[in-house]
Amino acid sequence: MRMPEPNAAHIARREAILGDLRRLCAGPEAVIDSEDQLRAYETDGLSAYRQVPLAVVLPRTTEEVAAVMRYCRDAGLPVLGRGAGTSLAGGAMPTADGVVVGLMKMREVLDLDFENRTATVQAGVTNIAVTQACEHEGFFYAPDPSSQLACSMGGNVANNSGGAHCLKYGVTTNNLLGVKLVTIDGDIVEIGGKHLDAAGLDLLGLICGSEGQLGIVTEVTVRILKAPEGARPLLLGFASNEQAGACVDAIINSGIIPVALEFMDKPAIHAVEAFVQAGYPLDVEAVLIIEVEGSEDEISALLERIAAIARAFEPTFSRISRDAREAAAIWLGRKAAFGAVGRISPDYICIDGTIPTSKLPETLARIRELSDAYGFQIANIFHAGDGNLHPLVLYNANAPGDLQRAEQCAADILKLCVDMDGCLSGEHGIGIEKRDLMGYQFEAHELELQKRVKAAFDGHGLLNVGKVFPLDEPAEAA
Amino acid sequence: MAAIAPADEAGIIEAVRAARAAGTALEIEGGGSKQGFGRPVQAASTLSLARHRGVTLYRPGELVIRALAGTPTAEVERALDEAGQMLPFEPPDLARLLGNGEAVSTIGGLVATNLSGPARIARGALRDSLIGVRFVDGAGEVVRSGGRVMKNVTGLDLVKLQAGAHGTMGVLTEVTFKVLPKAEATRTLVLRGLGADAAGAAMRAAMATPFEVTAAAWLPAAVAGRSCVDAIAAAGTDVTLLRLEHFRSFLDRRAEALVDALDQPSQALVLDDEASRALWAEVRDVDLLAAPADRAIWRLSTTPSEGPALLDRLAGELDAVGFLDWSGGLLWLAVEATADAAAARIRALRGEAGGHATLVRAPAAVRAAADVFEPEAAPLIALNQRLKNGIDPNRVLNPGRMYAGV
Repeated sequence: MRMPEPNAAHIARREAILGDLRRLCAGPEAVIDSEDQLRAYETDGLSAYRQVPLAVVLPRTTEEVAAVMRYCRDAGLPVLGRGAGTSLAGGAMPTADGVVVGLMKMREVLDLDFENRTATVQAGVTNIAVTQACEHEGFFYAPDPSSQLACSMGGNVANNSGGAHCLKYGVTTNNLLGVKLVTIDGDIVEIGGKHLDAAGLDLLGLICGSEGQLGIVTEVTVRILKAPEGARPLLLGFASNEQAGACVDAIINSGIIPVALEFMDKPAIHAVEAFVQAGYPLDVEAVLIIEVEGSEDEISALLERIAAIARAFEPTFSRISRDAREAAAIWLGRKAAFGAVGRISPDYICIDGTIPTSKLPETLARIRELSDAYGFQIANIFHAGDGNLHPLVLYNANAPGDLQRAEQCAADILKLCVDMDGCLSGEHGIGIEKRDLMGYQFEAHELELQKRVKAAFDGHGLLNVGKVFPLDEPAEAA
Repeated sequence: MAAIAPADEAGIIEAVRAARAAGTALEIEGGGSKQGFGRPVQAASTLSLARHRGVTLYRPGELVIRALAGTPTAEVERALDEAGQMLPFEPPDLARLLGNGEAVSTIGGLVATNLSGPARIARGALRDSLIGVRFVDGAGEVVRSGGRVMKNVTGLDLVKLQAGAHGTMGVLTEVTFKVLPKAEATRTLVLRGLGADAAGAAMRAAMATPFEVTAAAWLPAAVAGRSCVDAIAAAGTDVTLLRLEHFRSFLDRRAEALVDALDQPSQALVLDDEASRALWAEVRDVDLLAAPADRAIWRLSTTPSEGPALLDRLAGELDAVGFLDWSGGLLWLAVEATADAAAARIRALRGEAGGHATLVRAPAAVRAAADVFEPEAAPLIALNQRLKNGIDPNRVLNPGRMYAGV
């Protein structure tokens, strides 16, 4: 993976830089400088790529973040904001000449406002901690990325994280009301707040999902919601992907918006059954998990209605969960899916493209062709309601050349998503992983405009360098 | 002022490039329904999108619709209605409020102003449903962002940047929305006799139930008296409105459970589908404050818990009349249109309540002198300028519509 040439002068000044950082962040263990400890920051979920950073600072306050940002700007040092490091596209991989600003010591829940249904937390608070902080009053925070036990809210903003319930509740950007942003100039700006629509240009929308290209978020205000009275899923099995895809279409067309609509294909089903015995049918090509919310009676009515709609597509398997235990059994397989695939294959690449849902069967057929052509098994697990695909390409990193070929296969699948009128990333982001494919989705002048927008925030190109945009000369400061 | 109305995107590109080459500015217009909203623009020509129209993609099973920017909003809604779907954010039509009579609201104009109706509290703002845009930047280049899928983190989200930018960050040529099925039935609970404060508490309590209240508004007696819905006009007191939408068979139980949860002393009045629709349309379009036409109209966004007291305070100090939407988080206010239309006092009286105030209707001279949009902090002012430099360096597109120099 090509990265910008590190600045040897920064590396040569490392001791002086560490001394300066210690003055700016005075707390105990606020600056990490030992090789051993720095290694914990060399990669994220895309662990095939690693780089030990020059230094890591762990500020405890927004003011400390601002001081570090100002210092780095003046010194021309690259800066990378980092949450829990669970991102999957290499967006949190450091550079050898740069400073990592880790937010994980900023993990206070600052405000829970049940009247206005908002929560304000520091960036290092985990996603699950938001729900845990408000569930005693019957509230929850809706976006639920699969890393939610570990991933940070600042990272959720940076990646516009999704989850399994986006069809009804949207992704991070739809649940975000405000942020405190530290700019590369060290300015602390409040964007939005507890009110419903932020003033002025929609900078909140621009920052969300910008993968640390525009600034570092230190505080996040999100909308919290009253939990539904109940929720239960239905599990359906189909003899073909086409029938499962058509069934998804018919359910949506019927006027029901399930809270989740998940799809798994045969390789994924078999991996899961071997791992957790969730009771999924083994003689089908695809299963759908369809969950609805409401009172007990409403749920029963909706699930029966969905089962009736599905009959037209001849499901060979149908199981309506009747209670919490049966609901958990159905979800068990889906939740264990990535782990289950990890068990049958030493390594896999998890892909994250999005396609229009009507193109599901055609896309799956093409993915199967790619699987045959490359000789890699591919398991498909995805959020069918919103077209967000997670094909898993199974390979063996110890086999010479396999990683490169698996990456090539993944790139072909992502290009396929673009060809289908979809996009390169639904929720994992571009990072370094898909950076060089951006030219496949966008025209050169479109990327130039995006870079000029970045330059409006980061005129010297110091924030999360080498990510998102294909490498070349940086855009001029506006 | 010259007017240009290209029939296609190529014509729009040509108009932008010509204006840029000539060193002049363009005032961008959809159907003119919101003419008079924003700061007056000094432009040599008007660029109208009205001829660039038509629904270009509609897939009900994908919950997605795409239309050229000049498409009348009503045309988009008609197409959706035929398949039992809708724009989730309940788009307002401000033509009557702004005195633009029969002018047509276009889908591009709607995006440019990011206006959302009462359902915003349940189904998100316009910008939450907007998933793709095509626009022409200040250099006359076509730029796409987003697409037709609802989960997309591919590059910077310029879709959101366009929503509510009032045409200062590009000329929108095509927009794509995520849509939703229309609910089978609607019911509105009307609580009578609650003042702003008690109404605010009831609305917040309603939003904190699991019954999916999709709109919550409060009309003081004077405003309720103007309603076209007889039961509201005849109420003779303040009314608190709570809307439920779902499958018909679910609504009885939900309405009952909601009333139980709110524990109100007097019995709630219940409006059926037809009366509900008429009532929420006049709340949505702010018809209730349209007359008298010489009053200035403000729109304030704040937290729901602050809204009621803020409305009381402003009404008392300014001889203003107004109402609450978004469960108290949105205030609509009519004040005297003299001097700065009370801009400075409104923002001062807001005090700790936070949020922001926008002057939606006022004579041009007032809008040229007052801060129509909330003044921003110095770093944000500079950032807005740099964004404009990056997208429209020659200040061709609606310069000054939101902020001086942007």
